[in-house]
Amino acid sequence: MTGVHATARLTAAPDGRGGTALPLLTGDGPLALRRTRSAGPEAHVTVVGAMSAPLGGDRLAIEAVVEPGAALRIGTAAATVSLPGRTGEQARYDVRLTVGEDAVLHWLPEPLIAAEGSDLRMTTTVELAPGARLVLREEQILGRSGEHPGRLTTRLTVRLSGRPLLDQELSFGPNAPGWAGPAVLHGHRAAGQLLVVDPEYADKPIEPRVLSSDQAEGEAVLTPLAGPAALITAVAPDGLRLRRLLSASVAP
Amino acid sequence: MPRWRPRPGHEQAAPRASRAALLVLADGRFPAGGHAHSGGAEAAVKAGRITGPGTLEAFCRGRLHTSGLVAAALAAAATAGLDPLLLDEAADARTPSPSLRTTARKLGRQLTRAARAAWPSPELDALAAARPQGAHQPVVLGLTVRAAGLTPLDAAHAAAYESVTGPATAAVRLLSLDPFAVTAVLARLTPDLDEVAAQAAEAAHRALDEGMDVLPAASAPLLDIYAEQHATWPVRLFAS
Amino acid sequence: MHLDLDHDNYPERYAYGSLPLASPGGPPATRPDGTRRALRVGLGGPVGSGKTATVAALCRALRDRLSIAVVTNDIYTREDAEYLLRNAVLPPERISAVETGACPHTAIRDDISANLEAVEDLEETVGPLDLILVESGGDNLTATFSKGLVDAQIFVIDVAGGDDIPRKGGPGVTTADLLVINKTDLAPYVGSDLERMARDAKAQRGDLPVAFTSLVAEGGVTPVSDWIHERLTAWTAVPA
Repeated sequence: MTGVHATARLTAAPDGRGGTALPLLTGDGPLALRRTRSAGPEAHVTVVGAMSAPLGGDRLAIEAVVEPGAALRIGTAAATVSLPGRTGEQARYDVRLTVGEDAVLHWLPEPLIAAEGSDLRMTTTVELAPGARLVLREEQILGRSGEHPGRLTTRLTVRLSGRPLLDQELSFGPNAPGWAGPAVLHGHRAAGQLLVVDPEYADKPIEPRVLSSDQAEGEAVLTPLAGPAALITAVAPDGLRLRRLLSASVAP
Repeated sequence: MPRWRPRPGHEQAAPRASRAALLVLADGRFPAGGHAHSGGAEAAVKAGRITGPGTLEAFCRGRLHTSGLVAAALAAAATAGLDPLLLDEAADARTPSPSLRTTARKLGRQLTRAARAAWPSPELDALAAARPQGAHQPVVLGLTVRAAGLTPLDAAHAAAYESVTGPATAAVRLLSLDPFAVTAVLARLTPDLDEVAAQAAEAAHRALDEGMDVLPAASAPLLDIYAEQHATWPVRLFAS
Repeated sequence: MHLDLDHDNYPERYAYGSLPLASPGGPPATRPDGTRRALRVGLGGPVGSGKTATVAALCRALRDRLSIAVVTNDIYTREDAEYLLRNAVLPPERISAVETGACPHTAIRDDISANLEAVEDLEETVGPLDLILVESGGDNLTATFSKGLVDAQIFVIDVAGGDDIPRKGGPGVTTADLLVINKTDLAPYVGSDLERMARDAKAQRGDLPVAFTSLVAEGGVTPVSDWIHERLTAWTAVPA
């Protein structure tokens, strides 16, 4: 028995009146998409998990296209919990984001929680056209409160004008050698990153900064990438502290 | 700039190809600057997270399966004949810490000097000309292995091995650990080294057909955080 | 390789004042563009003997007539470089610090790659230079510079370290192109016998020169700066 196969799709485009329209907005299976209220030129979409997902064996995907000049913000209604399926098969969750010239995308989902016994491989692939702007947050929580983490591998690949800008893969839980050790997490249960891509960084690259070295409150650094982008890398004992570290200002 | 065409490295083995060249290259005394770098171990020691052989082993295992795997794959891919400049770009994208990018390029430049003396090659010359401030060290390592007539798997072994010997040697100096205990740590890591090298070489061969994206990008958040913390210290023993 | 055999059999040391193109086994005497590069002089010696003070005094004495740069090798990061910066003996762009990973002798002898990068970067960014002083981190009596890094080396000891150091010898004391015995003003207070030191040094070094200095006095570094001038004259007299 295989799990659910579902792909949600949306496209954002300028509406011709200074705002952003959503000519395509199609949920699928456990992934429902809702347009939420917004003021100004930006359209807001919330991904609503209509059932518990992903389960082992599921193949979920979200494809979002932001056409040139449009502005879109996507969030999720709640944390995504990766759960074990009946068969022990791995679940897949693939997010593909395409941002056109001078378009803006905020991809700010709630955390991904790897429950005990789960096995998920998640990929987030972002294609940015020249002049595109992106604010992207990723948070992974290893296990629900008091339980061991499941298996979780997340890959974030960001290309700008077709060239690689950021490529990061994090693997946690059973079968990821060394993940709990002093080189990777050292007992922290939450890891995350906040990526900001903005053409303005090309002229004024951000200065690297240690945001926190406090082991109890979590550790984080802000760094300039090799292109026009800034990244916060953070690890923390829990999701609350992680979110606090990822909320530091990174404006160009 | 020369055009690079993917070619499997072993078919292009130079006439003086010798397995022992790998020993020369992987020797800790190979003069390519590694002795001044701790691979994050100095910061982990200061954070109280490496305290003895056990925690050193956990650190090395984590580093090996993350940045060690990435370095091994980049090196193997360069040996296999992928375009070194594109690999250099791929290395940048896999290195979000600017301190680690600087270190990788510095060590790449230092390795280039030693490599060009030991195994002169037009490919090393071309890379040095294209990246005068240094290409990422694993890319240079891969071309060096290629110049020495060795295979992508050899390159992966050398890179994976370096990813653990740096922190191990540094820990001996920083904590005055028993060198026999640390050598035993390295010996216990050898099955992992073989596994990582094989995984890296396999990815490099796939990359010949499927492109750079199939190369691993395994990252270790604390290694990135250590590198930036370490860069701010006014007093330290190691350069990174 | 066979062509180099005769070269390798050259006498180990040249008489003072008859410097050849470059030491056997040493770096090429020219820049990539074919012009003569700067003379590179290493300063080594035990901790606290006055290496950094000698470098500072040399810079003050020579900077009006020569284009100079300094590379420091610190055990703890950039302290010596910062001393030179604080004392403003040279503009900051002429001072470069190499970090040595707790092994200062490795960086000047066994793996000189980081120092060579520093030296070449200085020539490129502030050049053309006449003289580059490479100061080692404070080390023991066995530390010497590789011929691949410097053209001549000065070993600095001081009278307060014990007047038996010249008798004890060691590679620094016996083979350095110039032995500097510093802090002669302290001799009466520490009970050091300068005559004995001179005799012992002569016995260890044969015709190689020895300079006694006291940097507290005006012009105290003159014996060393004069020696450097003579080396430079010899260096530039031979066509590149």
